[in-house]
Amino acid sequence: MKFLVSVLLTAYLGYVMGVYTHLPWWSFAITSMLVALSVRQSPFSSFIAGFLGMFLLWFILAWIKDTANQHILSQRVATLFPLRGSSMLLIFITGLVGGLVSGFAAIFGYQLSKSAKAILSINLE
Amino acid sequence: MRFVYLSLSLFCTIALIWVLNTRWAIGTSKTPRLGYFLSPQQGFWQNAESASADFNGQIKSPELMGKVDVYVDGRLVPHVFAENDFDAYFVQGFLHAKFRLWQMEFQTHVAAGRLSEVIGKEGLNTDRFFRRLGMVYGAEQAMAATDMDSAMKNSVNAYAAGVNAYIHSLQPENIPFEYKLLDYEPENWTPLKTYLFLMFMAFDLSGRDVNTDLQMTNAKNYFGWDNFKQLYPNLQDSLDPIIPKGTGFAKAGFKPQTPADAAQRYFGRNDTIVQKASAYQPFAVPTPDAGNGSNNWAVAGSKTKSKSPILCNDPHLGLNLPSLWFEMQISTPSHNTYGASFPGAPAIVIGFNDSIAWGVTNAGRDVMDLYNVRFKDELKKEYLMNGNWILSEQRQEVIQVRDGANLSEVVPITQYGPVLYDNEFNNPDARGLTLAVKWTANTANSGIKAFYLLNRAKNYDDYSTAIRNWTCPGQNFVFASKSGDIAIKQQGSFVAKWKNQGDFIMPGTDSVYQWQGMIPMEENPMIKNPARGFVSSANQKPTDTTYPYYLGSAHHFPLYRGIVINKKLTAMSDITPDDMKKMQTNNYNVFAEMARPVLLKYIDKNGLTPNEKKYLALLETWNLKGDPQEKGATVFRCIWDSLESTVWGDEMAGSKLKLPEPDSYSLLERMLKGTADLLADDITTKGKTETLQDDVITALRKASKALELLEQSGQLEWAKSKDTYIQHLLKIPTLNRLHLPIGGGEDMINATKSNHGPGWRMIVHLTAETEAYCIYPGGQSGNPGSIYYDTFVNSWAEGTYYKALFLKKESAASNDQVKWHITFANN
Repeated sequence: MKFLVSVLLTAYLGYVMGVYTHLPWWSFAITSMLVALSVRQSPFSSFIAGFLGMFLLWFILAWIKDTANQHILSQRVATLFPLRGSSMLLIFITGLVGGLVSGFAAIFGYQLSKSAKAILSINLE
Repeated sequence: MRFVYLSLSLFCTIALIWVLNTRWAIGTSKTPRLGYFLSPQQGFWQNAESASADFNGQIKSPELMGKVDVYVDGRLVPHVFAENDFDAYFVQGFLHAKFRLWQMEFQTHVAAGRLSEVIGKEGLNTDRFFRRLGMVYGAEQAMAATDMDSAMKNSVNAYAAGVNAYIHSLQPENIPFEYKLLDYEPENWTPLKTYLFLMFMAFDLSGRDVNTDLQMTNAKNYFGWDNFKQLYPNLQDSLDPIIPKGTGFAKAGFKPQTPADAAQRYFGRNDTIVQKASAYQPFAVPTPDAGNGSNNWAVAGSKTKSKSPILCNDPHLGLNLPSLWFEMQISTPSHNTYGASFPGAPAIVIGFNDSIAWGVTNAGRDVMDLYNVRFKDELKKEYLMNGNWILSEQRQEVIQVRDGANLSEVVPITQYGPVLYDNEFNNPDARGLTLAVKWTANTANSGIKAFYLLNRAKNYDDYSTAIRNWTCPGQNFVFASKSGDIAIKQQGSFVAKWKNQGDFIMPGTDSVYQWQGMIPMEENPMIKNPARGFVSSANQKPTDTTYPYYLGSAHHFPLYRGIVINKKLTAMSDITPDDMKKMQTNNYNVFAEMARPVLLKYIDKNGLTPNEKKYLALLETWNLKGDPQEKGATVFRCIWDSLESTVWGDEMAGSKLKLPEPDSYSLLERMLKGTADLLADDITTKGKTETLQDDVITALRKASKALELLEQSGQLEWAKSKDTYIQHLLKIPTLNRLHLPIGGGEDMINATKSNHGPGWRMIVHLTAETEAYCIYPGGQSGNPGSIYYDTFVNSWAEGTYYKALFLKKESAASNDQVKWHITFANN
């Protein structure tokens, strides 16, 4: 349940950050970090939840654009990069880029929460 | 330990973001910032326009005076209905930007010498070239001159305001694809940019002398004047000029005098190479394509089935995506005009209105000369003129280089114009000389008024008045009206030159070599309602030798398209628009018609290999058409090209400096006359004197080998060997359209070459209800992610046309071809 909540929250907040297009493209890293900070899980689960949230968001957003576009632009870009003109591969890589940044940010969020706890406990002693 | 993990995870996250937020160099180009570029909410996915995109809209702008309705048809052609001219040009600017913003800015950046701001130091040579050519200087002059006319100033300002209204409405994610790819942002549009764009067109159509004058000078020095005259003859026997032969012209109103010492000082050999240290590597300067030209013609009612005139025009320029042209209709109480516009400038450039139609072809007249100036010292502040030192104007040019240091240089401006080449900016063909460029585009007005008035012209007199405002680049303005008139005039500000003046580098220290005067505009060649029932032009010389002025080197005037156009039009009667479509897309090669018999005459079949015989047979049975599947067309091209290189390749190879290729007519006309060719002998074979006959056999042998290779790779068919493509302005292959199955080529009416050809085809039938057909090899949208990016390319290649939807105000809204409606209002 916690896992699913983090995935959805990561994706939702990532989307909201993306709406403000004057902000840098990586602004979602902050929200992904915050999600991992607030929803405590194992480090591995934090990473996967962070990764999946943005991977799925970017994958699906790109896929929607691409379908409506009849793959015109994705095929051109996938030839430029070069990905042999494969729209699907380009969509996958899009998801991967969003997912990786988000996943690492989530690990940092996890470590931050652990450290914060440690600092707090040191202070308590 | 915990803090190690903490720091490590923070470091990894930041490092990953840094990697994905950096442009990485690959060769001479750079990747986009990958994270940004791939971000679905910001990056290129936002440019993946839905195939069922909705172009309806309501735009509010306080700058508008009234309400404007734009009806957009299914081909994305906007039809603008405005209550006044200011609003019309505002909306035109807005729409150009909406569909072509990146192209508009990129083209004007190139013209302004600002390419380096976008692509970095790779653009530096191009930037220095355009700045030293005086493009910005010329645009400023043109703007200052045009601003004196308040209607023109208002139009250009309205256009700029419209472009900016669009730019300001853009959210970061909506900027065009190319900005995201190259990672930069659009800047504000300015009225100067319109003039910069027009300067670029002037360069494209009258700027070849930045190179040809150098190469012609080298050829004159290398061969000597007497041989030069034979190799690069100014007389063209088969010329069929724009103004029919025998028309007769008034005596020259101005007679230029050849300087007394020209025989030695100008026509004599003078090939000193001034070697000076140069901080910069010489580079190939951008030179307009030799094929830049066009066809236009108008037939009178006496020759048409409907008894109404038909006007046709197809300008030939580089074939690019996004296209140079943007199709639209502009309607206000003062005019109702349809045609092709330039994204970057207000009004319609080639088109028609309710009363008339007009079109243009390039005049090819020489309006750019290079002067060899002498500066007192390296500071280049004082130059010699008639024995006195004269102060030059010092123009500071600062080129901003992306990811690099600015380059600042002073360009001296002489009374001729700016110094283009010198020891700091070296064109190897210039031999290290200091050359100032004199060019009418640097001093003329912009010609915007000519188009502005043509858009509103109602009859011949209006046309005549309108085009008087046109100065550079010289154009052949063809005209037809519903009242039945047809006309053509070669219009521009032309220099009254003594014979061969400016064909070579001119001495710049003596005022007798300066331009002595301009040809009075009323003496420009023109003809109205000729007895033959048609007028036409195809960049050939405008007149025969009875015209009292020197027209410039014949090298600038292609010969053959004009011949075939006039031949066809003479023979035709009861002409319909369908006939005109067939004619505009006709692939008959009149040059080959003249050349094939002479080639065959020289070939002795004895001793030919089976392969050579096979290709010869293909040539013999060829129908003389450059249709896509014709193998004979490829065979002819190969043999003729081989013949040219066999005849003069050996001599040309002896020159250290680059020489211009003599034109094909030069060799053909000498072959037709049967005179022994002075270059036929292969100078590399000792003790043997080759004749033209030997050369033809050698050419066939060489060509056969090349043809064999083509055949093996399945490219013997003309369309495959020619391989026409349309290139994105950034030359990125994936944004091009490649391998188009289209015929045509040099010397054919359908002048489609490899990456060059009819970029706009238009046929206007001036019946009571105007009937017009147009097409261009592109699409209305400049967005590579839009289905409208290259919509017309296939139909263009097939040679089909779209019927122009010329809407009327009262019925526009209910027309069933209108798909979208955009309204503009000030509140």
